[in-house]
Amino acid sequence: MDTVLDAKIPEGPLADKWDNHRFSMKLVNPANKRKYRVIVVGTGLAGASAAATMGELGYHVDVFTYHDSPRRAHSIAAQGGINAAKNYQGDGDSIFRLFYDTIKGGDYRSREANVYRLAQVSNEIIDQAAAQGVPFAREYGGTLDNRSFGGAQVSRTFYARGQTGQQLLIGAYSALMRQVAAGSVTMHTRSEMLEVVKKDGRAVGIVTRDLATGEVEAHSAHAVVLATGGYSNVYYLSTNAMYCNATAAWRAHREGAYFANPSYTQIHPTCIPSSDEFQSKLTLMSESLRNDGRIWVPKNPDENRPAGDIPAEDRDYFLERKYPAFGNLVPRDVASRNAKTVVDEGRGVGDLKNGVYLDFSDSIDRLGADTIEERYGNLFEMYERITDENPYKEPMRIFPAPHYTMGGLWVDYNLQTTVPGLFAIGEANFSDHGANRLGASALMQGLADGYFVLPYTIGDYLADWLNTEPVGTDDESFSAALGAVSDRTEMWLSKNGTRTVDWFHRELGKIVWDHCGMERSAEGLEKALSEIPALREEFYADVRVPGSGDTINSSLEKAGRVADFFELAELMCRDALDRNESCGGHFRVESQTEEGEALRDDENYTHVSAYEWGDSGPTLHKEELEFENVTLTQRSYK
Amino acid sequence: MKVTLRIWRQPGPEADGGFEEHDVDGINEEMSFLEMMDILNDRLVEGGGEPIEFESDCREGICGTCNLVIDGVPHGPQLGTATCQLHMRKFSDGARITVEPWRAAGFPMIKDLIVDRTHLDDIVAAGGYISVNTGSAPDANLMPVAKSVADTAFDAAACIGCGACVAACPNGAAHLFTAAKVAHLNLLPQGQPERYRRVEAMVEEMDQWFGSCTNHGECETACPQSISIDFIAMMNRDYVKSKFKNRRLLSQTN
Repeated sequence: MDTVLDAKIPEGPLADKWDNHRFSMKLVNPANKRKYRVIVVGTGLAGASAAATMGELGYHVDVFTYHDSPRRAHSIAAQGGINAAKNYQGDGDSIFRLFYDTIKGGDYRSREANVYRLAQVSNEIIDQAAAQGVPFAREYGGTLDNRSFGGAQVSRTFYARGQTGQQLLIGAYSALMRQVAAGSVTMHTRSEMLEVVKKDGRAVGIVTRDLATGEVEAHSAHAVVLATGGYSNVYYLSTNAMYCNATAAWRAHREGAYFANPSYTQIHPTCIPSSDEFQSKLTLMSESLRNDGRIWVPKNPDENRPAGDIPAEDRDYFLERKYPAFGNLVPRDVASRNAKTVVDEGRGVGDLKNGVYLDFSDSIDRLGADTIEERYGNLFEMYERITDENPYKEPMRIFPAPHYTMGGLWVDYNLQTTVPGLFAIGEANFSDHGANRLGASALMQGLADGYFVLPYTIGDYLADWLNTEPVGTDDESFSAALGAVSDRTEMWLSKNGTRTVDWFHRELGKIVWDHCGMERSAEGLEKALSEIPALREEFYADVRVPGSGDTINSSLEKAGRVADFFELAELMCRDALDRNESCGGHFRVESQTEEGEALRDDENYTHVSAYEWGDSGPTLHKEELEFENVTLTQRSYK
Repeated sequence: MKVTLRIWRQPGPEADGGFEEHDVDGINEEMSFLEMMDILNDRLVEGGGEPIEFESDCREGICGTCNLVIDGVPHGPQLGTATCQLHMRKFSDGARITVEPWRAAGFPMIKDLIVDRTHLDDIVAAGGYISVNTGSAPDANLMPVAKSVADTAFDAAACIGCGACVAACPNGAAHLFTAAKVAHLNLLPQGQPERYRRVEAMVEEMDQWFGSCTNHGECETACPQSISIDFIAMMNRDYVKSKFKNRRLLSQTN
């Protein structure tokens, strides 16, 4: 306990740190870059942009995805936009303001130097994406349009209708495919990473399983980069795609990479409420809708008139009432918790009374339906397809759902984990969002890491290995990892119990949602910590994995992922229990202000909690957070 | 409600395939089509069988992973809708529904309802990009783009790469996919320097794997993003132009 972690933050004033660091890092000259092999796992925004950029620089990159194509990663589903400090609207934005908003939005639990660097490179991302042909929204004069997002009072969000993630990913994917054609990047599709391979304490490769043929393969390199996304699917129902999982990050954790702040999860306020117990996932409606939609519930819990017939005086616009300054644009954690409060009071809407209204009628009256369609047309269509209700005519029903995980693999300023040679980027790391991520900042961070940070910081590590060959895949470190993967496959295929993997996943999800979701209490977390191991035991005893290992076998794939979710869920609850304060998305009922807002305990918890794996339980290490440029205050959006 | 599925099963690329029939009862119309399939698979596994393998990921209609031919139509009966966004309310109680994989020579079979769509990526690798290395871009507002141009480019860029256009085409052609990719970049000012090189390379890569376009228009109807076949006309025009613009002397080798 209490080893202090060194984030290797560069010296100097905040605004100069990244510049100074780039100057002091070791460089690899262009002719030498081609002597290096780098593995990138994942082809979302972070992975695709990192692999493409390293390919352009001259490294030889092997990139892996479990999808059939690199273009399918879940970054593609991001709707609303991407932040940058361009100040194109002349409304007072700046790098420092984006930095400040992000630190404050994260409830003062992120690292100043990383966040400042993120704000600095945000502008370059927009330039890069525009040059790649990302069709951002434009003004009639041809310049880029912006919208506002939660947690900010400036318009700094760039967008491409409601499909910004898709368009940015296509940009990164096309850059990646250009390098595939050039021969600098080798693409491995339908390949799931199942082990990180270490030799003499550093990462030297990975072991994958070919999902179509079942072949278990070893791949070696000078360095390994994980860009494998977040772990919201631990809740079973989340806005994440069906395949999203924590296995790559968890396997790295078990090989010595510390896992930071696992309890920091984000519950997104605007999702479509579930309609029945067979629901496979929850669908997000972009936060950008809160620009023009007003959130309300009836004042009377017994209200049974249709929304349109309820007069203004019988409506409670609870966010506008409680937070006049930010109104419907309060940060996600605040919006989610308030929606839960009114639903818990019995004032929810819809047949199951499990949602709140998001109402566009005022905006349609003010701007016209055409303008609203221009801004949100595809979201409205998606909503109507799912619910069979027309949001132009009646308000949307929304409710919070697990969406993003701020926690992840601990990384230093260079984005290197505690295992030398193993890097983590994008949602897979923990670095920039503190205890709560602001809207339109995930795309920014994924692309910042992939295009503008990792390709340079990795050189500092690689420089020391010049003129060395990667460890051969015939080395015993690889044969041990290959054996472990094959043994696990055998073990799953011998499971001939009575229940499906999905059944266990759903049950696990319920425990985590009930006790480590929007609200956490010591009592509930302790309950979860006894229920999770019990369910896990049942899982290993009673799960059924049919079929064979030499072909596509979705049950087999899911079994390994759910097994890792079990271990991760336990760590989440441990961390949530240990952090006896409320901050951002982590809300402990024991720690709130009189008005029910999250109450931090800066004296005891201004640190990152990073856990080391151990067979007999995790060990907690801390990274103290030092704030030299902002003053810690109780967040206020009133 | 209850439906009867007549569903394609094929253990592997070389194995024979065939239809299997399954009754699925106890479902409700709020469910998505794929949730109904999930329930069927749960029951198959609990009953000692193997699940029917199919692909789907985001279930929001954007990632392009899901790909079922439902009653002979790629993505099923609802216009402009991917399989994962199709709901059971579009079917009547007691319906008998046929479910098949994408069938096209360019999409080799893998298992059950899963096919290999890698050749779509090959078309993109051939030229579906703007060559701009990271860090070399000018300020984004230095190159104004007319709103109408950005909007039309977006209409093409909305392609989710699912391959329904290929599955719908009697010739197994990938013209709508390729045209959407070409038009997205060829319309924008940023895409002009490589415009004719791009269209030539992409069309010729496409021709290696997929059939010819004979203007049936089935692709547009099947497209979950309702991408217009006007883009195919634009691609063909650019391709013809490229043959003049890219003319090389016989002694040039590349």
